[in-house]
Parts: sequence; C-alpha cells; structure tokens
Amino acid sequence: MTEISLAPGSRSTRPRSQWLDVWDQFRTHRGALAGTGFFVFVLFGVTIGPFVWTIDPQYIDILARDSGMSLAHPLGTDQLGRDTLARLIVGGQTSVAVGLTAMLLSLFLGTLVGVTAGYVRWLDGPLMRLTDLFLALPLLPLLLVIIMLFRETLRASFGPEAGIFVLIVVVISITSWMQTARIVRGDVLSLKEREYVLAAVSIGTPGRRIVVRHILPNVLSPIMVSATLGIANAIITESALSFLGLGFPSDFPTWGRLLYDAIDYLQQYPGRVVWPGLAISLTVLAVNYIGDGLRDALDPRIRGR
Amino acid sequence: MFDYTIRRTLLAIPTLLFISLILFLLLDLAPGDPTANLPLTIPPEVKEKIRLSLGLGEPLAIRYLLWLQQFFINEPLHYLTEITGWDLSGDRQRVLSWQSRSPVADVIAQRIPQTLWVVGMSYVVGVLIALPIGIISAYRQYSWFDQVGTFVSMIGFSVPTFFTGVLLIVVFSVELGWFPSIYDTTHVVEDWSSFVFQVKQMIMPTMVLALYNAAQISRFMRASMLDNLNQDFVRTARAKGLRESTVILVHVLRNSMIPVVTVIALGVPTVFGGAIITEQVFKVNGLGQLLITAIQANDIPMVQSLTFVFAILIVAFNLIADILYGVLDPRIRYD
Repeated sequence: MTEISLAPGSRSTRPRSQWLDVWDQFRTHRGALAGTGFFVFVLFGVTIGPFVWTIDPQYIDILARDSGMSLAHPLGTDQLGRDTLARLIVGGQTSVAVGLTAMLLSLFLGTLVGVTAGYVRWLDGPLMRLTDLFLALPLLPLLLVIIMLFRETLRASFGPEAGIFVLIVVVISITSWMQTARIVRGDVLSLKEREYVLAAVSIGTPGRRIVVRHILPNVLSPIMVSATLGIANAIITESALSFLGLGFPSDFPTWGRLLYDAIDYLQQYPGRVVWPGLAISLTVLAVNYIGDGLRDALDPRIRGR
Repeated sequence: MFDYTIRRTLLAIPTLLFISLILFLLLDLAPGDPTANLPLTIPPEVKEKIRLSLGLGEPLAIRYLLWLQQFFINEPLHYLTEITGWDLSGDRQRVLSWQSRSPVADVIAQRIPQTLWVVGMSYVVGVLIALPIGIISAYRQYSWFDQVGTFVSMIGFSVPTFFTGVLLIVVFSVELGWFPSIYDTTHVVEDWSSFVFQVKQMIMPTMVLALYNAAQISRFMRASMLDNLNQDFVRTARAKGLRESTVILVHVLRNSMIPVVTVIALGVPTVFGGAIITEQVFKVNGLGQLLITAIQANDIPMVQSLTFVFAILIVAFNLIADILYGVLDPRIRYD
C-alpha cells in the first residue's frame, strides 16, 4: 500500500482529470504514440504539403516521363511525366478527406440509432432488427452496385469530382454504422438505469437533455474507438473502390486510384505501385494502432495498472 | 435448443425476403437502363420492344413476385429435374442473364469451383496459421514471439489485400519469376508437373487471403486464450498435477475455442465478398469477377442473383454461428 501512495510523487500534487489519466495511459502504448505521430504527419503532409512541394500534380512534363527517383522528382514520375510526390500529396487529401467525413457521418448515424434504440423502449426492437438486416447485407457487392448505378446521376447534379465524393462518403457511411450502433445501444441500456439518470429524471429534466448531458458523455469512449476503426475502414474501402475502377476519375488522383493506374506498368516499373500502397497501408496501420491505444487508455480496468 | 434452432431458421426467411426486396428495389429504382449500351442505330421503337422482351413492361410488384417465383420455385425445380431425371420443371421460366441469355444459375455454378478452390483454401490455411500463433502468443504473453505475432497480425489486418497481392506479384513474379501472376482457370491437373503448376499458381492468391484472415482470427484467439488463462479452473487443473500441455491444450483451449469458432463461421461469407478484390488482382474468373463484369454490363438479373446469393451465405452462416455457440457453450442456451 505504501508503495502505491508514494510512487506517483509529483503526480498526486496536481489535480487529476479523467482525460489526463487517459493521456498518461495512452502514452505508455508505444505503437499508439508512433501511430499518432505518423497520422499527424500525414495530416500535415496533405494540408501543408502542396505549399512546400509546389510542383503542379497535373503538369505534364513528357520529356521526364517514367523517371526514377531523382532530386527533381524524389519519388519519380508517371507515364506522362507527372510528379509522383505531388500526386501522392493531392491523392492523400482526397483519401484522408473521404476517411474523415465518412467516419463522422457513420458515427453520427450509429450514435443516433444506438442512443434512440437504447433510450426509447418501443423503438428498440425495430431499430435493432434494422441493424441486423444491414449487417446481413453483402456490403462490398452492394457498394459496387450502388456506385455503378448512381454515379451518372450524381455526376450530373454535383459535377464529376464532388458528385463522386458525396456518393462514396454517403455509401461508405450508410454501410458501416452498424457496429457503432450496437455498442452504443448496449452502453445506453445499462447507463439509463443508473442512479444519476434517475435523479435527473426525478428533478424533471427533459429526455433530450438527459441524453445530451448525462448519457452521451458517458458513451464517448466506445464512440472514440469506433471512430478510429471507421477512418481505417473508410480509407480502405475508398481505395478498394478506386482499385476496382469504380472510384474517382483518373485525372482526380486518390491513393487507390494511383495504385490502380500503376498496375498497368507493373512489369516495367514495379516500384511505382509501392508508394501509394505504402501510403494507404501505413496510414491504416497508424490509425489502427491509435485505436488499440485508445481502447486500452479508455478502459478504466486497464488504466492505472 | 431444438426449438431455438427451428425458431431462428424460420426467422431467417423474412430476413432474406426483406433483403431480396431491398436489392430488387435498389436495382429497379436506379437510373440505369439496360438498353443504354446498345448501338445508337437501333430505332427507338425496336429499343422499346427489346425492353418489353426483357420483361420491363410489367408493374414493379408483379416483376418482384415473378422474380421470387423464378428464384425460389423454378430454379430448385429445374435443379431437381437435372438430378432425378423426372420432368418437374416443364417449361418454367428460369432467371436469364441479359448478357448471355443463358440461365444465371448455370453461370454461377460454373464459377463457384474457382472461387471455392482459392478462397476456401486460403480460409483453411489462414485458420491453420492463426490458431497456433494465437495460442502461443497468449501463453507467452509479452514475449518476443507475442510481440512479433501481434505486430504481424496488425500489419496483416491493416494492409489491404490489393496491396499485398500486387506486392507479391512484384516480388515473386516480376523480380524472381517463381510464380505466374495470372491464375489460369482452364488449367487441368492430370499429372505431376501440371499438379506442381496448379500449386504454384495457387500459392500467391491463397497466401494473400490467408494472411488477411489469419491476422483477424489470431487476434481473437489470443484475446480468448488470455481471458481463460487466469481462470480458477486452470489453477485447479495445475494443482491436480496435470501436465502443462494437458492444461493448455485441453482445459484452456477447449474453452477458448467457443468464441473463436463462431468468429470463424461468421468470417466465411465476408471472405467471399472480400475475394472480389483478390480475384481481380490475380485475374481469377470466379464469382467476384462475374459480379464486376455483370455490374459493368448492367446485367441486372445476374447482379441481383449474385448479391442475393452472397446475402443467403451471410444469413446462413450467422445462423450456423448462433447455433454453434449454443451447442458449444452449455451456459448459453436460448430456451
């Protein structure tokens, strides 16, 4: 006992908050720290990158086509002489943007369904049947079908790039909210029987405010973990779609599209597939490690051990 | 338990009907037109006749019911006719592909062996790799084996199959020239050398999918073993003086397999879906490739039937997983 009270030393003097504890636990997970570092690097790379590496990704320098690594083109050029690094940066913008927006939308849907099902008793059955139904849908085939069928219409109404972006984000998020909904519903079901919720009800708090003030903050940790998994899932799905030729148009690079275009030159320039592939894989790996670390850090049974 | 099994099986029927309705509506309400790819020289009135001959003139509800009848009554009857030789199907209309005008079920039946060989084999290999890795990682938690194992499984879990596949092609076909990069489905195994070729061309697609599956299953195996290793019954078994191998492989493993078996069962249909990408990488003409070409050709009956077959697989394996859970774990009985 004495050891435990003495060991933290300086820690016990400053006031502890929950998030400080979480951060302390998160810091001990080396993979999660490295993952966070890499993900922040990717975020900075795709936002500030174009200002640092100012070559236009669309600029065609046909004399320098198919060149390998050099000072002028650190990652080489493609069959039209466009700079690979510049295209990777621009492609990363789209891939990361798709990942983040699709994650936010699917979290919103999942949380909405989960909280409603957990809190409103008569909606629980129907909503959970709906979730089971979505889980039984063959997702990748369905994604392909939806994109193929609705591509032209959306392209006509939103323009080629924005239309595809909206379509892919919406389609990814309506096929990935189910896990979040299930986890959140389970947590809400147990939380709403707690005494503090009962206290809130007894002083006449309206249901909407109970959900926002008392229940949502307490289901934040499973939501955060599924957020990281959601980013990884969205990035992989988007690149898989681009890889199957059903994603963004080819003059609008994403990491998956770059990989798909490089496959044609696999025999002559095998190195070209590696860069976009590495970008996808490392980003997903980083995000998955962040998720692992967060899960440990947010679990009060593991924290502080 | 029997009651539960019957109840769940009956419940699967409305689920499947509902899924089929969703698929039907989705494909029907979509703004695509099956005659859009025909040459522009065909006059509009002929185009209209083609549309009518495809059955697009009927109202929505009738077409849905007709499709249900074709899929659930005519196709099984036709299949029975082929097996038994009795004329059960008569001249009942089968589901026809708009691309080839041949019955969809026959085309699917032609493609299933390729998919089953590659995907089925990779799933078996994946499970066989995953189980020992999961067991050893859990038993020697935080050892170097565990560190390497969890790192590799994290990589296998994160790196998409289209990148691992392409990477393997770069290394083993382009650089080393050991394996062919394209899977030749017309290849017939008749002697030793053709068998060796078959093994060679199967190694890469199988390993890509096996790595991905093994990564997921070994994570479950490790977590499940860790849950059980500190239980009281393990201490009791050791205190009784049982050998360590008996304690781990009988007492701990059998209890840890319960969730893992259901995870394995649940993973089977997703493997069929995920194989679409691997089949595309290695040019295997299996179910996934069939789906992609059908989608690109606006062949709605084919797309509908294929996605519905995938849905049946998912519902069926969900059912199997649920029932297995009850059979394996006597604490969980749903009566």
